Amino acid sequence: MGLSWSAINAGDALPELKKKPGVTQLVKYSAGSGDFNPLHHDFQFPQSKQLGSIIVHGRFKYAALGELVSNWLGHAGRIAKISCQYRGMDFPDREFVCRGTVTRKWEENGEKRVALEVWTESDDGKKTTPGEAVVVLRS
Amino acid sequence: MAKEFELTDEMRSAIGSESPPWTYEVTTTSVRAFARGVGYTDPVYFDVDAAKRAGFRNLPAPPTYLGTPVFIPGRSHEIFTMPTEGQPTVKHGLKGLLDGGTETEYFGGICAGDTLTVVNRLENLDVRESKALGKMLITTQKTTFTNQDGTVVAVQTGQAIYY
Repeated sequence: MGLSWSAINAGDALPELKKKPGVTQLVKYSAGSGDFNPLHHDFQFPQSKQLGSIIVHGRFKYAALGELVSNWLGHAGRIAKISCQYRGMDFPDREFVCRGTVTRKWEENGEKRVALEVWTESDDGKKTTPGEAVVVLRS
Repeated sequence: MAKEFELTDEMRSAIGSESPPWTYEVTTTSVRAFARGVGYTDPVYFDVDAAKRAGFRNLPAPPTYLGTPVFIPGRSHEIFTMPTEGQPTVKHGLKGLLDGGTETEYFGGICAGDTLTVVNRLENLDVRESKALGKMLITTQKTTFTNQDGTVVAVQTGQAIYY
């Protein structure tokens, strides 16, 4: 039952995760994360005015990449490492998609490991948040 | 946006400085708040029985959630919630701030009920230039999370961009 290391192959795509956070969702994320930077909820904040909009927290996209990996893993293992870079901005009420592919699998110190490339893709096709993850499967 | 910005010896002297330890809590309520903020639907992050059936001792911390710093007015940052006391600081005068990147490495599980002791270290300072933002100061911070049993459960490295 569940995901097993033997069935995973390099090149496998993770089921995509679509996100379209509105202002209220971003406020929920601010409360959950403790990041109350007005750039993520206040359209009158100078930096928001300068950009023409509030923007999605980079860390929201990072956490969404975590959700992508968590949903795929389905409790069959654990995340050992997850990283991303914030290369581009995303805006509220615009869809972005979290995607991932398996890049490598190997055994190390008796652990069944899988490396992933993960990223968010905006509705204009830009990979705004590229990252990597390593997971350890139980079996 | 800065046309000119250079690292001074005073700024460089902050590299390697460490904060005093501060407590971050992982509670059932804080795990739910984070999972709800991200938009999770997986019940293990909300329902303790579902978490236990899946083999967790309590609600697990969703990936990238490493607890919530205890907030104390005057000792915590009003906007970012983390502690301000004794934190490595760089007097740079730049006003703009963007997140550059984040890496989290896990060495143990984190669940509701855990209390983490957190130390933040200024790893590096760097100056780069971009067409859009001009001269930028890139700070690299390394944050170590140790649980109530003395196990280092996570290390997070992050870059902040000041412009």
